[in-house]
Amino acid sequence: MDELLDYDEAMALFDPVLGLEVHVELNTASKMFCGCANHFGAEPNSNTCPVCLGLPGALPAVNATAIESAIRIGLSLNCDIATWCRFARKNYFYPDMTKDFQTSQYDEPLCFEGHVDVEVDGRTFRIAVERAHMEEDAGKLVHAGASGRIHGADYSLVDYNRAGTPLIEIVTKPVRGTGSMAPQVAKAYVAALRDTMRALGVSDVKMEQGSLRCDANVSLMPKGSDVLGTRTETKNVNSLRSIEAALTYEIRRQAAILACGGRVKQETRMWHEEGYTTAGRSKEEAEDYRYFPEPDLVPVAPSREWVEQLRSTLPENPAAKRVRLAAEWGMTEREFGDVLAADALDLIEATVAAGASPASARKWWLGELARVANAEGVELAAVGLTPAQVAEVQGLVDGGVVNDKLARQVIEGVLAGEGSPAEVVERRGLKVVSDDGALSAAVDAAIAADPDAAAKIRDGKVAAAGALIGSVMKAMRGQADAGRVRELILEKLS
Amino acid sequence: MSAEILRATASELGERIARRELTAVEVTTAFLDQIERVDDDVKAFLHVDRAWSLDQARVVDARLDAGEKLGPLAGVPIAVKDIFCTQGVPTTCGSKILEGWLPPYNATVIDRVRNAGLVMIGKANMDEFAMGSSTENSAFQVTGNPWDLERIPGGSGGGSSAALASFQAPLALGTDTGGSIRQPAAVTATVGVKPTYGGTSRYGVIAMASSLDQPGPCARTVLDAALLHEVICGHDPMDSTSIDAPVPAVVDAARSGDVRGLRIGVVKELGGNGYAPGVEQRFREALDVLKAQGAEIVEVSCPHFKYALGAYYLIMPSEVSSNLARFDAMRYGLRVGDDGVNTVEDVMRLTRGAGFGDEVKRRIIIGTYALSSGYYDAYYGSAQKVRRLIAEDFDAAFTQVDVLVSPSTPTTAFKQGERTADPLAMYMSDLCTIPSNMAGNASASFPCGLAPEDGLPVGFQVMAPVLADDRLYRVGAALERGLEASWGGSLLDHLADSDAGAYLGVRTDVATPPLAEPVEASDAREI
Repeated sequence: MDELLDYDEAMALFDPVLGLEVHVELNTASKMFCGCANHFGAEPNSNTCPVCLGLPGALPAVNATAIESAIRIGLSLNCDIATWCRFARKNYFYPDMTKDFQTSQYDEPLCFEGHVDVEVDGRTFRIAVERAHMEEDAGKLVHAGASGRIHGADYSLVDYNRAGTPLIEIVTKPVRGTGSMAPQVAKAYVAALRDTMRALGVSDVKMEQGSLRCDANVSLMPKGSDVLGTRTETKNVNSLRSIEAALTYEIRRQAAILACGGRVKQETRMWHEEGYTTAGRSKEEAEDYRYFPEPDLVPVAPSREWVEQLRSTLPENPAAKRVRLAAEWGMTEREFGDVLAADALDLIEATVAAGASPASARKWWLGELARVANAEGVELAAVGLTPAQVAEVQGLVDGGVVNDKLARQVIEGVLAGEGSPAEVVERRGLKVVSDDGALSAAVDAAIAADPDAAAKIRDGKVAAAGALIGSVMKAMRGQADAGRVRELILEKLS
Repeated sequence: MSAEILRATASELGERIARRELTAVEVTTAFLDQIERVDDDVKAFLHVDRAWSLDQARVVDARLDAGEKLGPLAGVPIAVKDIFCTQGVPTTCGSKILEGWLPPYNATVIDRVRNAGLVMIGKANMDEFAMGSSTENSAFQVTGNPWDLERIPGGSGGGSSAALASFQAPLALGTDTGGSIRQPAAVTATVGVKPTYGGTSRYGVIAMASSLDQPGPCARTVLDAALLHEVICGHDPMDSTSIDAPVPAVVDAARSGDVRGLRIGVVKELGGNGYAPGVEQRFREALDVLKAQGAEIVEVSCPHFKYALGAYYLIMPSEVSSNLARFDAMRYGLRVGDDGVNTVEDVMRLTRGAGFGDEVKRRIIIGTYALSSGYYDAYYGSAQKVRRLIAEDFDAAFTQVDVLVSPSTPTTAFKQGERTADPLAMYMSDLCTIPSNMAGNASASFPCGLAPEDGLPVGFQVMAPVLADDRLYRVGAALERGLEASWGGSLLDHLADSDAGAYLGVRTDVATPPLAEPVEASDAREI
């Protein structure tokens, strides 16, 4: 195992410098350079054609929607958008590369010179974005054998469904001045990118599925120095939590080496969820990718009119939106924090837009629906109820048609595919009985069945009404308005 | 009957098939029989399949019999350079590395040819991955020049040119990266046209150098080339570099041949030292023919053309090194050393070592070097600047003249084996043709006579501005009309009726009168 220096000790000696490379898979209907479906989870090698298989003679044609998404991303990151730029070929041999070169961008990125502001513990950090460029993803290797890794595999299989998926690579400039907060700043930055991509609707941004990936570079400078140290690049960081943990680990590992007068080796490190990194490919013999302008594609030259038109389609900045909604909804900091933690902001916003109150929307999404999502092991947004349906359920409660307990059965019915909330109420006969005739008879029966309780109420011990209400509700199989039942009991026994 | 079909032009055959005087099956059968008769000697084809071709012919006949209106070339056979992907039909690109590969899709040009009712009669030999000027770099066979089977038919499209000149096909498809359509046309007395870059789709054409490659028509007459040009050209969304503009009116131009008032610029730099005297003589005589028809001849200087060959041999191999990377044994084609012990990298290395020929390896090595970090600016970068200067030379010249002309190639067909040991001598074959690939403008080679010293064909190159491909045909038709009047028939008619061409078996009753005795070259120079 690696020697690690205590984090606080490391921070007393060194200043970390970060460099973050984030890959975002776009959720366009088709791939970057061909008409194949861009879809996660299909049968291996089913979404392929001569172009994304790189067959002899096949040629790429750019997906205009991918360019549009890239420009919108660039604008959201406060980047300049190139008036003219080209794709470039990055040449290297690997079995997951169908052409043995990746069509990417090199010295002419589509988006450049931007920035993202992130807040950590009340401090704002401005992360300078060097570039956001377009490229295609490679296929996916599956190594068969005990290890599941390339070394020691019995054989390897390649799935080219992912080959040609449009990617945007967002690269920061070196991030200095974060001090001991570096890992948290990195995490906050990637979270901010994720929120931005989600608000733009350009990507699924699921780190666990690889539609958002982060390579985290870090180096250490002795305190007071401004000479950059040797960096490592940590890959396989598949969650926000891992970014923070992996960087903390790398800082402690490098600090331990440097503190003993050693040299950090420039290399790729692989993060393991168990909480450590291991050496990957050494970068000392830097591979020569022999970049040159892609001759099969014409330059991309977005007109200024188009760029401005796209700028007008940008959604509200996610950070600004959070501040606004917290105020509008009148939630406490803690309540709002729970909403963010549950990833329910957009769902509640949509539910409120459909007519529910913020409090009731929050109650459903963080209560019953969170419970169902958890039990099913799905994300909240995928639970099976739309914000409009949640608002409809709440409408039924507010209108006295059902009570909270019945509303849960309505939700259960909707999730079981029995139709809209109103249809479920109808089919399951869940309506609250507000017909005084039927209720009155049930109350009379309950009073007759429990003379002791009735006597206590007559004597002014109103608390005894609870028992009678309970038996009425039972007799009505829950389909009664408990408030009305109480009123009737007190009326009859006054 | 058979010889008459084989000697007919594509446009004549198309008309007779359309009138149902001939069927596509009859015509296809005649050419398949000719292939059987002469291709053991000529070796123009890599793949011929009677059933495949006759099935296509039968479909065309059925469509015509049903009253369907197909194009003017419906039912006419065509030889296809083996660089075009043909679905389910072997496509080797002249390389061992693709032996046995059956493409799952058709090139756009192939789809267009099929939709127009042409009948593919075979896949024609070529230099491996179109790298060469003699077709000697084919991994499979060496093609002979029908004028003298011991000489080269040009390259890389030597199979296509030899098929035309030996009456094995009336039309052929070629690709031209540095002259691979025009130089073979020049040395076989056929017509070869490189359309404006982006005029023809490259989709499904196995790439050599993407920024230079251009498919085009090969034929025995100017009109036939124009008819084929019209079939295969036009915008294709599958090729991003394809130009979204109407195809120039090439057929009208080929029918008119009107050069009155046309300003023709002779490129000063493409001639002189290194050019065979007979080549220069026939070139000048052709200028006189054009002048006699009303064209104005002026001399024009293109000072950067002399750097074209050097810059080409940096840009082309750079693109080659990247385009040919995909032949890695992982997905298709040859696989060597897959023994369960070798690593993936070993298998890639062994396959590429065994599957590529020397010239392909040479260009991959040169290109890899030229793109390497630290050398990129000096080699690839400088070559791109030269490329820009060549395009500017063309732009400047086309402000003074309507077309530029030169010999198509400095010499006539050389002997097989003569230049195989000397790559630089081989590369010189494309000295005149390369500038148009670098600039992307349209260019063509037309027959202009037989060199007096060796009796072999000489090509006349015409270069036109981007998207002015029609001017090529205007000049070509004027030349053809003027020269054939003095020759009493085409040069290929003379070959067919001569003793040297007796092996072709296509003599007709009406013998072509012998060519006038070649005039002694007046200012013979050292080659």
